[in-house]
Amino acid sequence: MIRCESVTYVYQRGTPVETTALADVSLEIRSGEIVGIIGATGSGKSTLVQHFNGLLRPTRGRVYLDDVDIHAREVDRRRLRQQIGLLFQYPEHQLFEETVSADVAFGPRNLGVAGQELDRRVRGALERVGLDPDRFGPRSPFALSNGEMRRVAIAGILAMEPRMLILDEPTAGLDPLSRQEILDHIRRLHDERGLTIVLVSHSMDAVARLCRRLIVMDRGRVVADGAARSVFADPARLAALGLGLPQVTLCAQRLRERGLPVRPDVLTVEEGRAAILEAVAVRARGAS
Amino acid sequence: MELLRSFAFGQYVPVESPVHRLDPRTKILAALALVAGTFAIGTFAGLAVLTVFLAAAIAAGRIAPGYVVRGLRPVFWLLAIAVALQVLFGEGGGHPVFRRGPLVVTRENLLLGAFYGYRVVLLVVATTLMMFTTSPVELTDGMERLLRPFRRAGVPAHELALMMTIALRFIPTLLEETEKIMKAQMARGAEFSQGSLVRRARALVPLLVPLFVGAFRRADALALAMEARCYRGGEHRTRMRQLEMRRADYVALAVVAVAIAVALGPPAAWHAP
Repeated sequence: MIRCESVTYVYQRGTPVETTALADVSLEIRSGEIVGIIGATGSGKSTLVQHFNGLLRPTRGRVYLDDVDIHAREVDRRRLRQQIGLLFQYPEHQLFEETVSADVAFGPRNLGVAGQELDRRVRGALERVGLDPDRFGPRSPFALSNGEMRRVAIAGILAMEPRMLILDEPTAGLDPLSRQEILDHIRRLHDERGLTIVLVSHSMDAVARLCRRLIVMDRGRVVADGAARSVFADPARLAALGLGLPQVTLCAQRLRERGLPVRPDVLTVEEGRAAILEAVAVRARGAS
Repeated sequence: MELLRSFAFGQYVPVESPVHRLDPRTKILAALALVAGTFAIGTFAGLAVLTVFLAAAIAAGRIAPGYVVRGLRPVFWLLAIAVALQVLFGEGGGHPVFRRGPLVVTRENLLLGAFYGYRVVLLVVATTLMMFTTSPVELTDGMERLLRPFRRAGVPAHELALMMTIALRFIPTLLEETEKIMKAQMARGAEFSQGSLVRRARALVPLLVPLFVGAFRRADALALAMEARCYRGGEHRTRMRQLEMRRADYVALAVVAVAIAVALGPPAAWHAP
C-alpha cells in the first residue's frame, strides 16, 4: 500500500548544519500489516513516517500510495492525509478545542464531514479508544489525565477513518496501566477493524507484543527488515545499534545461558511462560 | 516545512575566528559605535569607508558573504518602502529626471533615497555581524557586565540579562514546537497556506492554543528547575565564564574608532549631499 523507493531526506540543505536524516530508504508496507519501526534516537524513524502522508517531501526518491506517486500534481493532499492517519509523539500537545468532542471533530470537519455523520464518527472514535462519549465528550480536554488526553488525540485521528494508522511513540511518558490500555486499543483496531498499523518505538516490549514484522533503522538507513523473531534472535547486533531486547526475550536468553533449554525467540509473556514450563518439563524428564 | 531555514537573522555562526574570540563587550560597544557612526556620517565617501571596514571585519570573522546577504532579507521590504517614499514624495525642488502626473522624481531625492537606504543596510550589517560572531550566552554576559554600573540607578541588569538569555534560548524550541504542531494539525486535514485572509487567521487557532499551553508548561517547568537549584536572583552569584578584556580587544576598539573618525571626515563635509 505504501512504497518508498530510495528515499533520501536532507535537513537544512545548503547550510553549515546540513544533515542527512534518511539515506536511500526503500521499503514497502502492505495493507493489513502491523509493522514496528525501531531504532535509536536520531536514527530517522520519525522523519521516515512523515514521508508516508506527504508532510515531508523526499530530497531524492519517491513515495507511492497504491502505486500512485503521492507528490504527483493530481493527488489531493487532504485525501492522502485522511487515508494515512499519523499521530505524532506526545499528541496530547495538539489538543486545542474547548471540548473533547469538538477536538475529535476537527479532523473530519476539515474533510467536509458534518451533521449526523460527524456526530456518529466522533462517538465511534471515542468509544474505540475506551472513552464514554457522553461522559468525556462535553469535558475540556485540558482537564483530563495524560493517558486520557492521549486517547482523545488518537480518537481525533480515528474519526477521519483512515486505512492506515501510524503511531510515533504512542506510549512514551505514560504509566504502565495507560501504556497497556493504549497498546490493547491499537491491537484491537488492527484485529477487529483491519487497520494497517505502523508503530514507531524504542520500547522493544511494545513492538514485540504487537508487531509481526520489524524494520530496524540506524543513522538514516534501514539495517534490518523482517520477522520480529528473527530480528530479536541477534541480540549482539541490536546492542551495537543501541537497542535492547524485550524483557521476556532477555529473560529466556539468560536462562538458556545458565543451562535451561528455553526457546530463545519468545516475544510475549505468554510465550515465555509456555517456553519456560516446557524447558523445565524437558529437564525433569531428562533427570528421571 | 522547515521554519528554521528562513531564520538567518541574528543567528550565531559557530566558527573559529579572531572576531569570535573578542570579548563580547568589545563587539557590543563596536556595534553601538558603528550604529551611531552611520547616523552621524553625511557623505557617500564616509559610507564607503565604513563599507570597506565592515567587509574586512566580515572576512576576519570568517562569515560567508551569502550569510550576510541572507541576514538582510527580513528588512528588505522595510528598506524598499522607505527608499520609495523618499524618492517619490521627498522634498520638492531640484533637478527633475522623471515626471508623471503629480509624481516628480528629482536627482536630489534619488541620491538621498540611495543614501538613506544604504545607511540602513550598513546598520543592519554591523549588528548582524555582532550576532553572527557572538553566541547568545556571551552576548547576554556582555550586556549584563556593561549594564552593571547602572544598577545603582535602578537598572535590574541581572534580571534583564536572564530574561534575554531565556528568550533567546526558547526561540528555537518554540519554532520547533510550532513546526511540530503545524504538522500534527495538517495530519488532521488543516491547511495553513490556503484560503482567504480570514480563513487563514482562523486556521491559526489550532496552532496558537497548543503553542501557548506549551509555553506556559515550559515556563512552569523551568521556574521549578531553577528553584530546585537554589536560584535566588543575581545577588552573590559567581560566574563560570569570567570576561576579560585582552590586548586584541583594545586594538579592535581602536580600529573601530579610527574607521569611524575617517568616515566622518573633516567637519566641513558634515552635510548630506
